[in-house]
Amino acid sequence: MAMVKNKSAGSRIFDGINCLFFALIIVVCILPVWHVICASFSDAGWVMNQTGLIWKIEKFNVNGYKLVFHDSRIWTGYLNTLIYVFGNTALGMFLTVMAAYALSRKDFLWANPIMFLISFTMLFSGGIVPLYILVTQNLGLFDSRWALILPNCMSAFYLILVRTALQNVPDSLEESAMLDGAGRFTILFQIMLPLIKATLATVILYYIIGNWNSWFSAMIYLRTTSKYPLQLVLKEILVTTNNSNSNIDISVLSSSGDSADAVLYKQLVKYCTIVVSTVPMFIFYPFVQKYFESGVMIGAIKG
Amino acid sequence: MQNSTIASEPLRKSRKFTWPNIKRDFKKNWPLFVMVLPAVAFYIIFHYIPMGGLLMAFENFKPKLGFFDSPFVGMENFADFFGSAFAGRTIRNTLILSLLQIGIEFPLTILFALLLNELRSKRYRKTIQTISYMPYFISMVVVAGIIIDFCSTDGAITSFIGSITGNYDNLLGNPSNWRTIYVVSDLWKNLGFDSIIYVAALSSIDQTLYEAAEIDGANRLQRILRVTIPGIIDTIMIMLILRVGQMLSVGYEKTILLYNPQVYETADILSSFVYRKGLQEANYGYSTAVSLFNSVINFILLLFANAFSKKYTESGLF
Repeated sequence: MAMVKNKSAGSRIFDGINCLFFALIIVVCILPVWHVICASFSDAGWVMNQTGLIWKIEKFNVNGYKLVFHDSRIWTGYLNTLIYVFGNTALGMFLTVMAAYALSRKDFLWANPIMFLISFTMLFSGGIVPLYILVTQNLGLFDSRWALILPNCMSAFYLILVRTALQNVPDSLEESAMLDGAGRFTILFQIMLPLIKATLATVILYYIIGNWNSWFSAMIYLRTTSKYPLQLVLKEILVTTNNSNSNIDISVLSSSGDSADAVLYKQLVKYCTIVVSTVPMFIFYPFVQKYFESGVMIGAIKG
Repeated sequence: MQNSTIASEPLRKSRKFTWPNIKRDFKKNWPLFVMVLPAVAFYIIFHYIPMGGLLMAFENFKPKLGFFDSPFVGMENFADFFGSAFAGRTIRNTLILSLLQIGIEFPLTILFALLLNELRSKRYRKTIQTISYMPYFISMVVVAGIIIDFCSTDGAITSFIGSITGNYDNLLGNPSNWRTIYVVSDLWKNLGFDSIIYVAALSSIDQTLYEAAEIDGANRLQRILRVTIPGIIDTIMIMLILRVGQMLSVGYEKTILLYNPQVYETADILSSFVYRKGLQEANYGYSTAVSLFNSVINFILLLFANAFSKKYTESGLF
């Protein structure tokens, strides 16, 4: 604490140990990432024969990245992810904002029963099997892009966050707009939403990150590789073993392209894929960190 | 909820669901109906219809016959599950993982926030926060990829452990390592980010309390024990109660990315078992029964947790 002026020896020792402890935490957080980055720029053969932690770049080269950028799966994966993230977030936000506004109005007779209907889904769910049957058998969305957008597009939790923010907007604003003859839609989109920008930013970011990292729905609903989002492509490359899909075409680097070389580059390509898929997140994240923090806090106050 | 302000008092009276009220409300608020309708449709289709679909648990469900024509088998699916060795194994593994999360991850998250709060340099604190939140945003697939790499025969962790024990086997192939790997990777991914809530609670403690404690001659440890911890004990209790309420809902993502038949003995949990039986082996009725059992227990635990929370901390989830 800043105002504590006279420090005892014990207190100083504690401070020192504490600082060291957090330095260690930082190292532990960064080390796996550092390992991946260094390995991704190193020589393929060296990486394959390396045991233990890689903490420096050996024979700097970008061959792995050449292979990854040459791999069309990564690019279609990126494109598909953008489609799913955009589709989910846009649809989800639209539904969330409209419902949250209607449910935040005190004079709406049905607000509480509908709110209960929606909140209850946070406590009890039908589980994945009935949902899977519904989506694939009844709605006929097996292997359809819609299967990744429709069932997951909105979340009750974020609806509650937006609703709370709207409830805190003074009633007088809405009343005076109504006297001016503004309709509900005008009030929502032109008066209310600009006032809760921070909450909206938080919710949009959580929708984006959730959809960016999502892979499970894609795995159960999709069969056509060209519809796979990035995370599912990553799963094939990083996690799935003994799968022909996890092999890479190395002809871009050498004309021979024999399978021994493919094995040689396999490990390197894994590291490069991790970097290529995670870099956007790392660039994006520091700018929006405060929104994620505030999301946790509004959620906590509400919860 | 917080509608009990004086301004909304007159509205309260018209809040009864009598026919004239319903008609008046619809005439005035039909735009609100239009706005809420898509969300209601979404919840009915993608949440309530699947809830109704839970009745599959009592059927020998065949997709070709459909929900209404599949043969009804009563409690047979439940009897099958509880009569098999899977029941004990999956319930035990789910509970043990949950208890490890409550017993290890939960207190460490609080400790992390407490120690962070004791740091004197504000800039150092910010740096630590930024860096330690970062793993939370790395996707589970990538984290799984890194775990597989680090735990493989020549991986970083295997080499380190091997240099001590002389055993360089793939760590993910040994059932006795599973829980350690699960908890440690959880800590790496979530410890920083999960601490946000306590960091926020700590920053709202009245600073004059510390000054008063110091004047009274309290040393640093005493200040932590007498001021800091009492200041965040409500938050801790609510989080603990909610966590206990989710005891049997351990997620399947990490498990199905990392497990293999060799380690099912310790790795297979209820949710991964439901996924495997239902979606991989198309044993729909049976897996729905397991899933229904899991959901009901979760629901009951959550109700208990909430009632408990309301009684002791005057705040609950609902």
